[in-house]
Amino acid sequence: MSKKQKKILLRIIISAVLLIGVYFIPLEGYLKLLLFLIPYAVIGWDILWRAVRNITHGQIFDENFLMSVATIGAFCIGEYPEAVFVMLFYQVGELFQSYAVGKSRKSIASLMDIRPDYANIEENGELKQVDPDEVKIGDTIIVKAGERIPLDGIVSEGTSMVNTSALTGESVPRKVTVNDDVISGCVNEEGVLKVQVTKEFGESTVAKILELVENSASKKAKAENFITKFAKYYTPCVVIGAVLLAIIPPLLFSGLWSEWINRALIFLVISCPCALVISVPMSFFGGIGGASKCGILVKGGNYLEALAKTEIVVFDKTGTLTKGVFNVTAVHPENCTESQLVEYAAMAENYSNHPIAKSIKEAYVKNIDQSRIKDTQEVSGKGVNAVIDGQNVSVGNDKLMESLGVNWHPCHKIGTTVHIAVNNVYAGHIVISDEVKKDSQQAIKNLKKEGVKKTVMLTGDSNAVGKAVGESLGLDEIHTELMPADKVNCVEKLINEKSEKGTLAFVGDGINDAPVLSRADIGIAMGAMGSDAAIEAADIVLMDDKPSKIPVAIRIAKGTLKIVKQNIAFALGVKAVVLVLGALGIANMWLAVFADVGVAVIAIINAMRALNTNKYLSN
Amino acid sequence: MKKTFKLIDLDCANCAAKMENGIKKLDGVIDAKISFMTQKLTIEAEDESFDKIMKQAQKVCKKIEPDCVIDM
Repeated sequence: MSKKQKKILLRIIISAVLLIGVYFIPLEGYLKLLLFLIPYAVIGWDILWRAVRNITHGQIFDENFLMSVATIGAFCIGEYPEAVFVMLFYQVGELFQSYAVGKSRKSIASLMDIRPDYANIEENGELKQVDPDEVKIGDTIIVKAGERIPLDGIVSEGTSMVNTSALTGESVPRKVTVNDDVISGCVNEEGVLKVQVTKEFGESTVAKILELVENSASKKAKAENFITKFAKYYTPCVVIGAVLLAIIPPLLFSGLWSEWINRALIFLVISCPCALVISVPMSFFGGIGGASKCGILVKGGNYLEALAKTEIVVFDKTGTLTKGVFNVTAVHPENCTESQLVEYAAMAENYSNHPIAKSIKEAYVKNIDQSRIKDTQEVSGKGVNAVIDGQNVSVGNDKLMESLGVNWHPCHKIGTTVHIAVNNVYAGHIVISDEVKKDSQQAIKNLKKEGVKKTVMLTGDSNAVGKAVGESLGLDEIHTELMPADKVNCVEKLINEKSEKGTLAFVGDGINDAPVLSRADIGIAMGAMGSDAAIEAADIVLMDDKPSKIPVAIRIAKGTLKIVKQNIAFALGVKAVVLVLGALGIANMWLAVFADVGVAVIAIINAMRALNTNKYLSN
Repeated sequence: MKKTFKLIDLDCANCAAKMENGIKKLDGVIDAKISFMTQKLTIEAEDESFDKIMKQAQKVCKKIEPDCVIDM
């Protein structure tokens, strides 16, 4: 609790004790009024003072004024305990409200607490802590175990595990070693790392993310704008209603003045729109904060709103649904074992730096014993011949096999096929292709579950490869062999297909698809780890490369919107009911205070639920 | 020029909305946004008169919530 809040709490307690004491003193008339004015002054002096001050500033319909009029009115018609209690309860509510808002603000802020405090720099053999802002590109910083990596860079010394959970929500640490990129905001878990800085702090991933999240609150959702507009008219309307209620019935229908003034005062108490005005942006803020906890950065409440209505999701293929790196996807040996076949291929390709050779060597895993390899000969455009353990091993494409007179056969698997022959006898083949991400299929399935009507894949790749990937994942529509401009046309056609209210989301990796990202209703960029273009062009950024985070994002958006709708309906509903009951003379002052402050508190607690997004992560 | 400022002692969400509207109406202000949750004012205004505009913006805030200060 802040100092300000503690002071109010003290006043609430003193005033409450005084009120109880005064209540039991049997006095009548002016003395009674004077007695009740003591706890009233203790709890309400600042409200009265602010009301007076604000009127001189031209602010008439603010809550201070309304509460002052309501309570003074209650004194005038002789409802002394009510007058004090209404003011007391109002202050309790305000205190609770400011406490809850402060608390939620803090818990959201702590989610985004990825700002590094310092960077270690070595100077004359001694470690020195400096502001990350002062470190220049090319400087070497030292990150000890347990410290946050302050700036983006390349590891120049050391091996360690880094925890990226603050950025991606991924709890399994990533292994990094010399020449690997590391990203600011991650935590170094084990050894000491020396990192050569590649970006200044202002340009680093951490600074970009913080800026993005902080700015997200300024992109307001439609629901938020609606509420602000509503609040503008709500208060004056209710106040006018109160005045009419106080004057007309006694004048025209000879009602009791005190009775109708009492009813009018009830109107005044519930005329403050605060519950609504607080709870709606708070729900969106909670949703955005919760999403960032899952590694999903949303640039504004308006995008959450749009995401909840997604009808069509369009994917780019390479780097989005597939990993965008080449890997061994099949090993088909003939007359030998799988590991033997990979061993032959890896040894023969030992001296090659071709991406295909690299992927085969990666698949081999073990260290290559170079003493077993002799006479490596590259046959340009075809492959490589080598003598391994005294045997003639040939590794290459169909042309190499043809030239050697080996009896080879093509593979049914789609991708680049590498054939292997030992002593001119066919030993089998290895298929290398871009691997589909593990969670791509699940992502498509879950999207359907979330009510997405159509999933589409666009790719510049050949028809055979594109169709194979798209069909295996279960996409509804596949467009292949597209140039970047064709992708924009495709998306435009699809936008015309969706219904008026629905939205279209495009998911890409931020490379070459910036125009499509901005054309779609919602641009979702993958792999923000390091790609500035993605962060700039997209509306939503997935910090890890997982397409399965898209249905999660939709679930969060829907959950947040549900809470927003609940809050609007609840706050408006309760106020409307109490207004009607108040006009009919059924509701009393106590109920009115609940409708004002109680509803605000309940709406705030409900809004806090938007922050709890862990439940959306499962499956 | 676009700048972001922290708002100190901004207590009421409705007031934040009123301040936003008030600042938007100032001469030379292109756009203004107040986020009650992050307690921040983002203001976009003409370069030459930026300081003057900020003083006026502070006055607008004071008028609506007398305790509220723009941290400049």
